[in-house]
Order: sequence, then C-alpha cells, then structure tokens
Amino acid sequence: MKDAFGTPQSLLVLGGTSDIALATARRLIARRTRTVWLAGRPSPELEAAAAHLRGLGADTHTVAFDALAPESHEAGLGKIFAEGDIDMVLLAFGVLGDQAGDERDPLAATRVAQTNYTGAVSAGLVCARALQAQGHGSLVVLSSVAGERARRSNFIYGSSKAGLDAFAQGLGDALHGTGVHVMVVRPGFVRTRMTAGLPEAPLATTPEAVATAIELGLRRRSETVWVPGALRLVMSVLRHAPRSVFRRLPM
Amino acid sequence: MPAPTPPSTRTVPLTGWGRTAPTAARLIRPRTYEEATDAVRACGALGARGGIARGLGRAYGDAAQNAGGAVLDMTGLDRVRTVDADAGTVHCDAGVSLHRLMEVLLPLGRFVPVTPGTRQVTVGGAIAADIHGKNHHVSGSFARHVLSLELLTADGEIHTVRPGTPLFDATAGGMGLTGVILGATVRLLPVETAWMSVDTERATDLDDLLARLAATDHYYRYSVAWIDLLARGASTGRAVLTRGDHAPREALRTAGWAWGTRARGARSAERDGHPSPLEFRTSRLPAAPSFVPEGLLGRTTVGLFNELWYRRAPRSRTGELQRLATFFHPLDGVPHWNRIYGRSGFVQYQFVVGYGREEALRRIVDRISTRRCPSFLAVLKRFGEGDAGWLSFPMPGWTLALDIPAGLPGLDAFLDELDEEVAAAGGRVYLAKDARLRPELLAAMYPRLDEFRELRRELDPRAVFVSDLARRLSL
Repeated sequence: MKDAFGTPQSLLVLGGTSDIALATARRLIARRTRTVWLAGRPSPELEAAAAHLRGLGADTHTVAFDALAPESHEAGLGKIFAEGDIDMVLLAFGVLGDQAGDERDPLAATRVAQTNYTGAVSAGLVCARALQAQGHGSLVVLSSVAGERARRSNFIYGSSKAGLDAFAQGLGDALHGTGVHVMVVRPGFVRTRMTAGLPEAPLATTPEAVATAIELGLRRRSETVWVPGALRLVMSVLRHAPRSVFRRLPM
Repeated sequence: MPAPTPPSTRTVPLTGWGRTAPTAARLIRPRTYEEATDAVRACGALGARGGIARGLGRAYGDAAQNAGGAVLDMTGLDRVRTVDADAGTVHCDAGVSLHRLMEVLLPLGRFVPVTPGTRQVTVGGAIAADIHGKNHHVSGSFARHVLSLELLTADGEIHTVRPGTPLFDATAGGMGLTGVILGATVRLLPVETAWMSVDTERATDLDDLLARLAATDHYYRYSVAWIDLLARGASTGRAVLTRGDHAPREALRTAGWAWGTRARGARSAERDGHPSPLEFRTSRLPAAPSFVPEGLLGRTTVGLFNELWYRRAPRSRTGELQRLATFFHPLDGVPHWNRIYGRSGFVQYQFVVGYGREEALRRIVDRISTRRCPSFLAVLKRFGEGDAGWLSFPMPGWTLALDIPAGLPGLDAFLDELDEEVAAAGGRVYLAKDARLRPELLAAMYPRLDEFRELRRELDPRAVFVSDLARRLSL
C-alpha cells in the first residue's frame, strides 16, 4: 500500500533499464519501496539494473516485456499483478529514434511511434485495469515537453509523445474516483544514455531531478509534473507562439 | 409482506480523516445483524480482497479503507437497545455514535466512560481502536468498560465475547481485523450535570509542564495539556493545562443556578433561562470550506494562532463551568475541520513513551520545535495503566499527539526518525492515527503482534477481514 505521502511499497517499471526509472526506483527504495519488478527486453543490462536495486535492499525481479509486442502484454503483465498488489507502475519505455534517418525511412519512424505510443496504449490499459481491480495505485507516465508542441528537429518522437500524453490525460480522467491516480511527467532535456551526444537544450536536467519531482508529485497526487518546474511557464508561452515564429526558433 | 430491499452497494473512493491515500471500495451499509452476516459472507466470496467495518471515518489513516474490496458502513446499525439505569449500563449496536449515546444518557444522569476529542465515533470503532480520553490516567481505555460485545467472525457466526478471553483482547484495539463488532454492553459513569468544572493553568516550558502534570494529575479525573510546539528556546514546550471533573449540582447552584422543582419541566426551566442541569447542548460553527489553498497553515499562521492561544489562556483559573462539548470536543464545533489542510491532507502523529523515558520525550519535543512543524493541535497527556488488548495503544507513560500538514517537505523522513526514537525508548505509535509507519518497526512497538497474527490466521484463514492498514503493515 502507499503511505500518507504516496510512497509505494511495490513498484513495477515498464522499461526497466531507463535511467529516469532507475533513479526513481533508487529514491523510492530509500523510502518505503521493498518490491520492484523491472520489465523490459531480457538483456544483461536489465539484470545488472536488477542486481543494483537488489543491492539497495529491494526484493527485485525481472520480467520479459516488449513494447512492440502488445499481444503479449495482457498475459505478461497479468502474471505480475497476480503475485500481489502493485502500488505504482512507472511507464518509462520509449525510444528517441534518429529524426533525420527516420524521415527517410518510414518503417523506422513507425517503430518509434509503435514503441512510444501504441505500446504505451496497450500496456497502460492493461495496467489501468489491474490497478482499478485492486482499488488503488499510481500510474506514472513519462511523457516529454517534446509532446507539448512538435518541433522541426524531432517531430516524429514529439508526435509519439504527444499521443502518449493525450492518452495518459484521458486515462487519468477515466480513472478519476476509482482510487487509481494517473500522473503525467513532462521532463525537458534529461542527461541520460538516450540523449548522450546530443546538443543540450536550455533547462537541461538530470534523472535524479526527475525522480525527485516524481516523488513530490506522488505526495501531492499531482496530475501533471514538469521537470524542471519552470518549463510549465516556458511551454505555455511556446504553445501559443505563432507557427511562423515557432518554426524559426533555434530549437 | 414485501421482501426487504438489500443494502445498497456502490464503489466509492475513501480516505481516513487525514484525507491522504484514497482507495476505492464497495460500500455496503447493513441495517440489521442479518444483513451484516450476509455482507460478511459476501466479502468471503469476493475473492482475495475481503472487507472491513467502518464507522464515522474518524480514524486518521487507512484503518477503515479496503482497496478493491468491501467496506461495511456500520452507521446503519444504530439502535440503542437497552439502558439499565440502576446498573449503569447500556447495550447498543456498534454503529451508535458517542454523540447519540450522550443525547440518550445524559438526561438519565449517565455519561460515556471514555470519550476522545470527538463525539463522532461509533461504539464499534471505539472498541476496535481501544480509544482513550482525557481520563486515561484514572479510567483506562474504552475496552476496560465493555462488559461484553457481539462479534461477527469470518465464518459468518455471531459470538458473545467477554473480557478476559483471547478473542476479546485481540478485538480490543484489533482495528476491526478479528471480525465485525455488531454491538456491545458498556458500563457508564454517573453524572449529576452536563457541565464540567474546569481548572486552567499555564506551564512556561516542558519541564514545568511535566512537573505540574506529575505532581497534580491524580487530583483530576480529566486532564490534558495543549502544547505550543512552535515555541523555541527557553519556552520550548510551553503549554496550557485544562483539567477538571463533572460538575456536581452543587457547583451549579453556587454559580447562581435556580431550577428547584421546576427543573424537570423543560419549558418552565427555559423561561427561567436555566435549562435542566442535565441538558446536553452543543454548538456548531459553519463547516470548513471544501477547497482550501495549499500552504494556508504555514509556520506564520500557526505560530500566530499558537501565540494567541497561549496568551489567551488564564495563568490560573479554577472551577470554571464549561459545557461538556466545550471541554471534550472543541473540534466537533467545526464540521469538516480536516479540510483546512488542503488537498494533500494531514497526518496525525501520536506516540507514547513510558515513565522514566522523559529524556526521549524531551528530545522529540526539541526536534519538533527546532524543525518548526506547523502544528496547532498538539496535545500531551499522562496515561495510566494499560489494558489487555494485544494491539491496544495506551501504556503507562507520556503521550503526545500532533497534526502536521502532509505536504510539508521532508516530513516522511523526519517522522521516521521520530519513530526510531520512540521505538528505542520502548514506546509505540497509535495505529488508529497511523498512515505512514515503517512496517519493520511494528513488532518492536507491539510485542504481542505475533499472537495477534497467529489468532487471525486461525480465526480467519481466508483473510475475509482486511484493510489498507493491515496490508500496509502486514497485520
């Protein structure tokens, strides 16, 4: 069960090797979290992540999960929920893609969309139903500021996150009053493996800062969390900027 | 005859009084013992998520929530069955509130044996949390005054449970996890009036407070100290003590009352401006608004309130006549006062440390004061002998209770540190108020926890009775 501060005792991470997810798990393990499920494609990295969290004192399991195989989600995730209550699901999988390459290769672009959006719709709905049945739990969805308004430089990734963001908001409304809490997290540029080698955007942040914001959001039962918080203001300005201006912004 | 309609059920989100950690459950409202039995049978059939009884929802934490399962709203079982005025006992349903009991009993010259800071608790809840009041140092906790209770267990049977049996001791303070309490027979206190004779004094710091309480508490049936936890330095722990007893008729006469033989006729008494001395009157202010901005109760506002509250109290006053409700239940005057903490809600932290552990108490008060937790409802009192309930909270010693907004940054880690201090001093925190204890510490605080778990396993192998509290702390 979650405590009065929204800190979960059990955590399921979808996308178990995500830097942000692991920073969040570390933070929560330092509080109340004792059981962690890391779901992802079987890999030495996933096992290493599990071993690392185990070393921090959590009872950690790995489980095979592929965002691109939605037909397997119901059975695979169902097994985890059958083992006991999950107080928090962190939906953290996603790929950035390679914008220039993907524009030339529609199939590669589709893979980004399928991972970030279609996979999340399927996994999100499966988890939402399980959380609703247990009458409690938080579904934390890692969206992105890129989804707030698609930019020339990464609109394939941005559009997939926009879809995910809209889906998660709607899901949150659908689950209002069921004891299940959906929280959309919109980080800006986060220094992770995913963004390694990319030019850094203004207001860049770290996985640890995102983890801190997630913990605070759980406590406040927030519906939307921006990391850093200043992005809320920045993006609300950018969202209303005229296309002709927005197009020319150096982003 | 038409078939009785089944009790209504609907799925609703529920929280405790602290308004943290909402979870959804099917709410069932039985109105008879038979309907309650059916409801418990249905809980058993629901699968793994079971059911738990809920009264008026004044437990601060998650004791009366059951995520994904059933919650039995017991307020439909609200009959006062028999009052034996000579013996001074009442037999009533578990869903009867202490407020209702006071309305019924005061005109007969009887009062409930133990009342907490609110009248809005049910008899069943009072037993399940084994509540205490300002008279604990004299009268012990609620279950001490229970002569017998009817318990509906997981097998769907109703048992009459008497004190001195393991089932009674597991149920008193057992947070509803041994079964559904359906009714109880409770021993009452004789009173002559519905008024309290109250002495008020100020203590300038914690040492002064402890000394005054230790030296003079036994002169009073009721005793409590409001403590200013925002005061620092030399005035750390300054407090206002309010202590008293039920006022005898004589005290009212001295105060200028004249009711004589006409007192029984309410109308003529009203005409005189003096109602019956046993008339139970309460006052209500407007309810707290449903939306309160976050952070309204910060250090400045609460600090200001505390300053005024302390200054307003007389240095020393004796024999003041107060209405029962004013003395016992000041918060009941503001309906929904729990909303004032805004959306994040609040946690109430109540612990006890034994006599001889005053050092631990001082350290904790120091830490709270230094940290500047904005708490304006901090209460210190002395407990007397503990009772037999396995998970019953009171034990001989000092107990401190305080409200803190849950949104305060770093509060979770801070309270964990206080828990460590409490556990190391052989103390414990109160489960009826808990919403955040680290499960690992529970066994140290409640040495009879294993017996409790063992009895539950035997009595309820399918875990028909379960709550969020039970899940969170593995009760």
